[in-house]
Amino acid sequence: MTGTGIGAPVRRKEDFRFITGKGHYTDDINRPGQTHAVFVRSPHAHAAIRSIDASAALTSPGVLAVFTGDDLTADKVGGLICGWMIHSKDGTPMKAGGHPALAQGKVRYVGDHVAVVIAETHAQGREAAEKVKVDYEVLKPVVDMAEAIKPGAPVIHDVASDNTVYNWHLGDKAAADAAFAKAAHVTKLDIVNNRLVPNAMEPRAAVGDYDSGSDAFTLYTTSQNPHVARLVLSAFIGIAPEHKLRVIAPDVGGGFGSKIFIYAEETVCVWAAKKVGRPVKWTADRTEAFLADAHGRDHVTHAELAIDEKGKITGLRVHTKANLGAYLSTFASSVPTYLYAPLLSGQYDIPAIYAEVDGIYTTTAPVDAYRGAGRPEATFVVERLIEVAARETGVDPAQFRKKNFVRTFPHQTPVIMCYDAGDYDASLTKALEMADYKNVGKRKRESAKKGLLRGVGISAYIEACGIAPSAAVGSLGAGVGLWESAEVRVNPVGTVEILTGSHSHGQGHETTFAQLVSSRLGISIDNVSIVHGDTDKVQMGMGTYGSRSGAVGMSAISKALDKIETKAKKVAAYVLEASDKDIEFKDGKFSVKGTDKSIDFASVALQAYIAHKFSGQELEPGLKESAFWDPTNFTFPAGVHICELEIDPQTGVTRIDRWTAVDDFGEIINPMIVEGQVHGGIGQGIGQALHESAVYNESGQLVTASYMDYCMPRADDVPSYNVGMTQTRCPSNPLGIKGCGEAGAIAAPPAVINAITDALGHEDIAMPATPRAVWRAAQKSIGLKAAE
Amino acid sequence: MPVVSMTVNGKAVSADVDPRTLLVHYLRENLRLTGTHVGCDTSQCGACVVMVNGASIKSCTALAVGLQGADVTTIEGLAKDGKLHPMQEAFRENHGLQCGFCTPGMIMSAVDIVNRNGSKIDEKTIREELEGNICRCTGYHNIVKAIAAGAEAMGG
Repeated sequence: MTGTGIGAPVRRKEDFRFITGKGHYTDDINRPGQTHAVFVRSPHAHAAIRSIDASAALTSPGVLAVFTGDDLTADKVGGLICGWMIHSKDGTPMKAGGHPALAQGKVRYVGDHVAVVIAETHAQGREAAEKVKVDYEVLKPVVDMAEAIKPGAPVIHDVASDNTVYNWHLGDKAAADAAFAKAAHVTKLDIVNNRLVPNAMEPRAAVGDYDSGSDAFTLYTTSQNPHVARLVLSAFIGIAPEHKLRVIAPDVGGGFGSKIFIYAEETVCVWAAKKVGRPVKWTADRTEAFLADAHGRDHVTHAELAIDEKGKITGLRVHTKANLGAYLSTFASSVPTYLYAPLLSGQYDIPAIYAEVDGIYTTTAPVDAYRGAGRPEATFVVERLIEVAARETGVDPAQFRKKNFVRTFPHQTPVIMCYDAGDYDASLTKALEMADYKNVGKRKRESAKKGLLRGVGISAYIEACGIAPSAAVGSLGAGVGLWESAEVRVNPVGTVEILTGSHSHGQGHETTFAQLVSSRLGISIDNVSIVHGDTDKVQMGMGTYGSRSGAVGMSAISKALDKIETKAKKVAAYVLEASDKDIEFKDGKFSVKGTDKSIDFASVALQAYIAHKFSGQELEPGLKESAFWDPTNFTFPAGVHICELEIDPQTGVTRIDRWTAVDDFGEIINPMIVEGQVHGGIGQGIGQALHESAVYNESGQLVTASYMDYCMPRADDVPSYNVGMTQTRCPSNPLGIKGCGEAGAIAAPPAVINAITDALGHEDIAMPATPRAVWRAAQKSIGLKAAE
Repeated sequence: MPVVSMTVNGKAVSADVDPRTLLVHYLRENLRLTGTHVGCDTSQCGACVVMVNGASIKSCTALAVGLQGADVTTIEGLAKDGKLHPMQEAFRENHGLQCGFCTPGMIMSAVDIVNRNGSKIDEKTIREELEGNICRCTGYHNIVKAIAAGAEAMGG
């Protein structure tokens, strides 16, 4: 495919401003008279606040105000919310403790928000923040989930006396137990999915502004979903009604989930702007980001797989403890439940599945969605179990997978999802070929000659994207609908503005969305602009997460374009003096069937606005249409990643030698961008497997709160990736798109760990497999070999 | 407050600055050159890399007052006469950026890497040389490709 239509690797329209330093991020915004907010944060994991004395801070140079939770209460500012209701298996609703934007008598994690100083400069604010005297009664921290649920453990929220938010379950326990009772072989595994910090490179930031003349607020913020932010700030937190609150998310420097949520700092900045009568700006430093951005993952799981005598999987049982941190973040409750357990069937035909999930409070930062959100955790469980089961039963892991793949569609799993289309065998076959899997043995022998251990690991993942049918997620507890909106504004000269509720923070929507319009209307992508991230321009939207912007956001655009075409045909019919039923639209031209009469798109646009050729009573002038697209199903991207690596048993250093990825994302708008998404996801997945871990010590201090301590993957930690595609069209949206944003992060961790355990010859290694951990595990391998 | 004078992107600039002002804050807040970013505060991420007297530095680690008389180039000054620098072109052509936040620092580092290592630079060297620049979006694949292509273009 050449040109700029669907399928072309078009170079990104947004790049020029980024490569010339003209991007427009939140921290680049400065409002006249702007002040700076600095937060006083808890140094303790768990403490009661006896008193706060701000007198010294208030007389510190440049200080305008110091606010505490009492000030928010006095202004009737509500607490932060969790927008997904989960019910425990006994039918009781989840136990959600209050989540004030500034502490109310108690702090529950290091970094929790106690007070805010508003000052003329950031430096003055920092100096004053150190002078705010908080008298704490230090309480015992509860860092470990196992400790948190022990009788007599310190209680974090009074509403949850056992520190348990919910005991949830999914699936048919009796059916699963029956499968295990009859199993020829049972594989059991205890799995830790390590806690991560999302670490978008742009730290969170906010500028709150208030115009007393119109009694209206504006919040500039680093958000993946500014409309949801406005909805929550308005309807739940009570800052202002929606028509008096504008939320602008300009260029946003990565999100990975962490910028979905409605946090304390943004809330306080917009509220405080009215209190001090001047704009209020806050930008997180990196340690604040580590402390107070929502973290990801943090599961402890016991899982069991039942297999019959023919090597077919007959049942799966999973019990997961999910650390939700000190408060329920915006979508925290859904991540280890409905975004996790419904994916436990993987790519496999598993007749019986039963999953139990305990959501647990600890005195750590809130945990919420991070790239993949539940699906990486599910995939890690499934793909580790499958790999170990294959090894235990002496079957090649690729063959074991093939034997158990879902092969007919639609396929209803026992855990909610109905897979609509896929060809898992095709992806695996292609990946094995690209990875030269058949010669792995030879390469292992060559590595052994050098004293190195070589391993290969497969990961066949599936994810549910394009979240989601509104009524379906509503029935599962979601507080919002998950459609997307679009508006197509055709200008009289034939250029087009697309207003979308999706938000781009690296995904390249300004390019891919324009490619769709270019394909449909036959106009140059240079004549299309994409407007997003401003609630005053775009009426409503649900934002970008869960790989939904292609499948849901572009489907909304496509639906609005259908309406544009219908209307434009009517205009063309008047101009060409024909019936609109006889008008054909192709390659940007409207023509009358069977004649040489035609008119181009731009001319129709002009005619629609000058409205000389038709009666304004018969046909409305103008050319502008909008649409809401509500999906009928999730989409199911799936694929196979194969990692091949070498371990040096002397040093514990792991070197990834080759990475093969074969993904089925359905139809692809821009393969260059899709491959970039895959690369980035793999990079984060390798980070989880080998490098990254958020570590709290026993007293609840985050000891990995900077890039000095939290190991972000660098360029020399990762290989080049060999990326291929297979394709089955998604039947549930007009474009056939499945979504690609999270696949790499979902697929990669089990591929790496399956490769490491293959190299080691035993399963005793956890993520992150740092050199120290791998060295220890390699010593065990040497011991096992010697014992043979 | 002391007065500091330097050349930034070919223009002489002079300002009173608080002695504790870091170069990055001077560039962003005094000169409103917001292309240079702060990503970490511990000199790890490299989003703040600029050229000082022809060599790359992390502008979060230099005090503005220490750069009296220096010649500073930021990402805004890399394109000359409306023509993109070959490394900027290479990043666009090779999809070496996604969210764009690390990109200015990446490009400035890349130019410095090529200045020091020449235009025939292999993948391993590029990856090792990028130790001081963190990207969370791209998995580095296309950044490495972009730098190799940019190096070649700079050499040619």
